Amino acid sequence: MAEYQNIFTQVQVAGAPDLGIDNDNRIAEERYGTPVISRLLGWVGNAQIGPVHLGMYGVIAVASAGIWFVIVGMNMFAQVGWSIPEFIRQLFWLALEPPSPKYGLSFPPLNDGGWFLIAGFFFAVALCAWWVRTYELARQHKMGKHVAWAYLALMWLIFVLGLFRPILMGSWSEAVPYGIFPHLDWTAAFSIRYGNLYYDPFHCLSIAFLYGSVLLFAMHAGTILAVSRFGGDRELEQIYDRGTASERAALFWRWTMGFNATMEGIHRWAWWFAVLTPVTGGIGILLTGTVVDNWFLWAVAHHFAPSYDGALGYAAYSATGG
Amino acid sequence: MALKWMNDWSRANPKDIWRPAVSIGVVGVALMIAAALVTIGQPFKTASMQTGPRGEGAVVVKFPETLVDPTAADYVSQDPVKPQPGDKLAKDIYKNVQVLGNLTDANFTRLMVSMAQWVAPDQGCAFCHGDGDISTYSEDKLYTKVIARRMIQMTQDINENWSGHVQSVGEAGVNCFTCHRGQNIPSGVWYRIDPVNKVMAGWGAVQNRVTLQSQYTSLPSDALERYLLEGKNILVSAQTVRDKTDTASIQDTERTFSLMNYIDNSLNVNCTFCHSTRAFWDTSQVTPQWATALLGIQMVNALNNTYLVPLQSVFPAEQLGPVHQDAPKLACNTCHKGYHLPLNGTDMIKDWPELASSAPPKY
Repeated sequence: MAEYQNIFTQVQVAGAPDLGIDNDNRIAEERYGTPVISRLLGWVGNAQIGPVHLGMYGVIAVASAGIWFVIVGMNMFAQVGWSIPEFIRQLFWLALEPPSPKYGLSFPPLNDGGWFLIAGFFFAVALCAWWVRTYELARQHKMGKHVAWAYLALMWLIFVLGLFRPILMGSWSEAVPYGIFPHLDWTAAFSIRYGNLYYDPFHCLSIAFLYGSVLLFAMHAGTILAVSRFGGDRELEQIYDRGTASERAALFWRWTMGFNATMEGIHRWAWWFAVLTPVTGGIGILLTGTVVDNWFLWAVAHHFAPSYDGALGYAAYSATGG
Repeated sequence: MALKWMNDWSRANPKDIWRPAVSIGVVGVALMIAAALVTIGQPFKTASMQTGPRGEGAVVVKFPETLVDPTAADYVSQDPVKPQPGDKLAKDIYKNVQVLGNLTDANFTRLMVSMAQWVAPDQGCAFCHGDGDISTYSEDKLYTKVIARRMIQMTQDINENWSGHVQSVGEAGVNCFTCHRGQNIPSGVWYRIDPVNKVMAGWGAVQNRVTLQSQYTSLPSDALERYLLEGKNILVSAQTVRDKTDTASIQDTERTFSLMNYIDNSLNVNCTFCHSTRAFWDTSQVTPQWATALLGIQMVNALNNTYLVPLQSVFPAEQLGPVHQDAPKLACNTCHKGYHLPLNGTDMIKDWPELASSAPPKY
């Protein structure tokens, strides 16, 4: 295989670790850890690990997420009688479930949703603290806040699912359980309960942006890897000093489909598609059960559910007639 | 060394043989697989059963070998004996004949022998009547006999009052063999097992366990109990765009989903056998089988509550439920056993007017 067609980074240059800037904003404060070089990580990313900025919000986020993780894990562990083999065997089935519907928005007993609410509180604290961290670090680096806003889009969807919608519905039991199969059960039940979520236009939009994100990701990554032999992987240099890599990449798409993004613009496409996926999805979830109880009937009322003519039942389609 | 000339030649004329060898190999194997598929056939064939108009994915896909119930071949039956004037009836000959007293002796014996073949082929008459002399056969000492009597009444009830379900595709009905298939205790009976998660309470206690009742999913394990014993409402979807009277929860929906999985697996079908999957709740988009299933759900509720649950005190302890010591109960799988037409739709009451109705049999 030709050397430039690669999935992993081919050339790793190892030197003294890069300790980063320390010019203003007290940016080096709370930066911990002696850097190490990992050749393995170097294949897929930067070979240097650390130092890492801790900071108050980082500590709060990690501690809160840790408490959430331990509460969920210990609840699952208790449910299998503290048996490690059973814990491993049933891990995908286990869950920390939200309270039973009868408790509404009140605080239930610990073993009927109480732990779920406590875990959810720490989950929320961890999310918020991590958001502040992404914002603050971007500010210190004099960067745009694009990552923070994108992360906020994710938080919007999570808070709609676990906080805003349950409050509007008047019951914590509407929240999504913490569990691998159980959260999928919730997803299936949510659609069935509200007359098929596929007819929710915001769900449609979210799917379009999700699939669009995947498509854009593949197109962009494929394009850049394809021109890495011309230096195309050094995207930032290509943005301010367009070279043959950018030229070829641009021409490839323009000649393929008549239009091409730019070295910078493709990232706007990707950012908006990624951000709009949870934003539209969250709107669709929030409207469900609060504004619309049956999306199929909503789609019928708005004339975009097709009607199918034809008999129902296997007898109409089998020669023997059942 | 003898091949020195060849080695020299090879060294002097380097050729990449791996690339063409791999290419030809890959293409050749692909061609052979394609030829085998065309001539011998696809080894994992499926049979599709369309259940609705095109465009909805309304199809039930099955492997052909799962279409025909092989246990139907084990079914044995005997032609009824036309009663002659002057034939004595069972109630006049034997003592303590409470249900089948109006049968002639020949037909009574014929049914008794067949029941033994259907339900207790190894134990025979002794399964219900004990090892005693034939003069002791009238005694009700064994629990099996008490239950068998009740099961005969249940069979008559099913055929008489639930023909909308058991004869929905022509005369079929049920008899002992429909459930028992030569076993003392039919396969597919069920017991209450909730709470399956004892350290939790409420919603968290009834689910997230690999159980037969949950069909090995993490869905609730109490669906059969709620819907096929307590007769709770299965419908969970709103009937209008904005329906404030509709209060079903996500939890109710998961339980309904669990029941639907159970029905699907019991019949070896999927959702589209009865529903249009774009609107599960919409009764204007269901197949005729949906109505049959609805009747079946009502029938199972009635049978469990009328016949099985009251027998709890009659069953010996080892045949009661492992968790709640409840009586074994029936549901879809007890008869269907993985086929949407149990026993391939065999007419089980053709030879058995005694079991087709509680009224005196007409031959």
